Amino acid sequence: MKHTLSVLVENKPGVLARVAGLFSRRGFNIDSLAVGVTEKPEISRMTVVVDVEEHSLEQVYKQLNKLINVIKVIDLPDANSVQRELVLVKVKAEPRNRAEIIEIVEIFRGKIVDVGKGTLSVEVTGPGSKLSAFEELLRPYGVEELVRTGTIALPRG
Amino acid sequence: MKMTGAQAIIKSLENEGVEVIFGYPGGQIMPVYDVLLDSKIRHILTRHEQGAAHAADGYARATGKVGVCMATSGPGATNLVTGIATAAMDSIPLIAISGQVATHVIGTDAFQEADTTGITLPIVKHSFLVKDPADIPETVAEAFLIASTGRKGPVVIDLPSDVSRGELDFKVTEKRTRLPGYKPTTAGHARQIKAAAKMILAAKKPVIYAGGGVIAAGASNELRELSRLLEFPVTTTLLAKGAFPETHRLSLGMLGMHGTSYANYVMMEADLIVAVGARFDDRITGRLDTFAPHAKKIHIDIDPAEIGKNVPVDVPIVGDARGVLKELIAALKPLEEGRRKGLSAWHEQIKKWKKEYPLVVPVGDNLKPQFVIDEIYRVTKGDAIVVTDVGQQQMWAAQFYKTTKPRYFISSGGLGTMGFGLPASIGAKIGRPEATVVTITGDGSIQMNSQELATAVLNEVDLTVAIINNGYLGMVRQWQELFFNRRYSHTNLRRGESPDFVKLVEAYGGTGMRVFSQEEVEPALKKALKTRGPVLIDFIVEQEENVFPMVAPGASLDDMIGG
Repeated sequence: MKHTLSVLVENKPGVLARVAGLFSRRGFNIDSLAVGVTEKPEISRMTVVVDVEEHSLEQVYKQLNKLINVIKVIDLPDANSVQRELVLVKVKAEPRNRAEIIEIVEIFRGKIVDVGKGTLSVEVTGPGSKLSAFEELLRPYGVEELVRTGTIALPRG
Repeated sequence: MKMTGAQAIIKSLENEGVEVIFGYPGGQIMPVYDVLLDSKIRHILTRHEQGAAHAADGYARATGKVGVCMATSGPGATNLVTGIATAAMDSIPLIAISGQVATHVIGTDAFQEADTTGITLPIVKHSFLVKDPADIPETVAEAFLIASTGRKGPVVIDLPSDVSRGELDFKVTEKRTRLPGYKPTTAGHARQIKAAAKMILAAKKPVIYAGGGVIAAGASNELRELSRLLEFPVTTTLLAKGAFPETHRLSLGMLGMHGTSYANYVMMEADLIVAVGARFDDRITGRLDTFAPHAKKIHIDIDPAEIGKNVPVDVPIVGDARGVLKELIAALKPLEEGRRKGLSAWHEQIKKWKKEYPLVVPVGDNLKPQFVIDEIYRVTKGDAIVVTDVGQQQMWAAQFYKTTKPRYFISSGGLGTMGFGLPASIGAKIGRPEATVVTITGDGSIQMNSQELATAVLNEVDLTVAIINNGYLGMVRQWQELFFNRRYSHTNLRRGESPDFVKLVEAYGGTGMRVFSQEEVEPALKKALKTRGPVLIDFIVEQEENVFPMVAPGASLDDMIGG
């Protein structure tokens, strides 16, 4: 089962290696990992989506807490958190289907961020499931390149 | 006060009360070694950095203080790695200081450069790569705090040469630590302690299973008091030998793969296991899904991640073993009326098992390894600090040398590091000069760090090194005998051909003896204990003796070979 963990860490060199090393060493699978600064420059937030059973989740949580540079680990259930991800897609766009693609982008409240010869580059944000749905709809037109940021999340309220 | 980074490192170590550093100099750590020459801190020059790490570890295990080792960058640091991993697996407070190439060449594959913090990442409690001399005082203070509190462990301080050459303003009062993410839980939760007390009083077939955490926490007295108060039998792990006196009527000795049969039967039959500072390691539980099927489990441990990791627990208590046991005793004392009667059937059963499956020294005309250990126990009156290596001799030492006090049995448990024994003995003796130290090693293990005989000779370290020489990598041979159809693949060390251990120790300037028969054992030991400096006794023992009882890997804990 997928769990989103928000990990507040000291913004120090080597912290990402410690966290990533812990996951690989203990055999925990990471779905995605996104790192960035927070409102406090000395603290960074890692949002980690892990795919583990309940028992292993407890181990992930406890082992993360044992890392000296980890300040806090918060489990963010979908219902009590806002989760977002961003995708950039470069999709093939012939003149005949360009309008169709633009319509799909609008439905997903995306943005066209680059127009090339025969391609459109699109940006969409939202929960992971929305991005996956968007990706599926674009696939028939021919996706040339695609990149996702991984989920970032904050608790609600 | 203005000083160099190197001066700040040594000054900080002095401020932490460090008495001795075990180490080996080299290019990038030279500025620190230069300052060390003027310090009151003693330095023990080992003959290999691995020896330095194990010696610092042995010092820490024998004294309870933080052990410190030091080496240069690159190969110096990589040679420390096995010692750091050994300390990590057994939760030993150790500080490893390594030189590093100058900050501006880090990452260029400079001469003797290795990514020490990277290499040691999975085997440290924490590590620091110091980039600014001004950070040194704080870094050292934090390193000692981390190594010696919570679940103890090794900390690496990697020190680039320009940082040790650079300058800083060292404030005398400075001992700040800034560790927002480090808050080990030490006090047990009151409600959990109450729940544990209730469970304890309901038990009919209880056992206390004590681990190395009892020794780390200095909780041996509390453990004994709890056991006496409740009349609960106690079994200890390899690392907890001495946490509870093995001569006590309530002692079951060691449990697990080579534990006593009765300890293992007690665990499997118990209706309550009180685990204190232990982690349900695979050598303890045997096959997990059949382990202790009837027992409720109370698990007291300083490390929350250990609770529920291998075995589901009914009452978890996170906290320092000493504090938690004290509170548990306080909670139980007023409730403890007429308890002792309720357990008499259980004690009868245990007595029966002890009688039926005793640990005995096998008899025979040949020199049996168990007999040698038993003689060492007798001649030292059970009062020596025993430091073992890894293999059959380690298990025989654990079975036949009854330990009665904490920090009197020193052994590499978790990592099982051959070569640990001799250097760890040197560290133990230097930390506890008043104690008799006996190294129990094998003909395989001793050769992994025999160069440290020079360290022992030159520092006049009084040691009795007993080689249980069976001509084999005995434990591997035993497994080959039992599980690989006696196909002895590369385990025969060709005893009698090379080396001559007596000549070896003599070459180093120590004393050597060789013992072939039972009658020679006692006089040799007595002579060794009276001789100054290291004495090595080469005990030529029966070649194919096995360690029994044995729980085969993957077998249930009560399914013992030779039990």
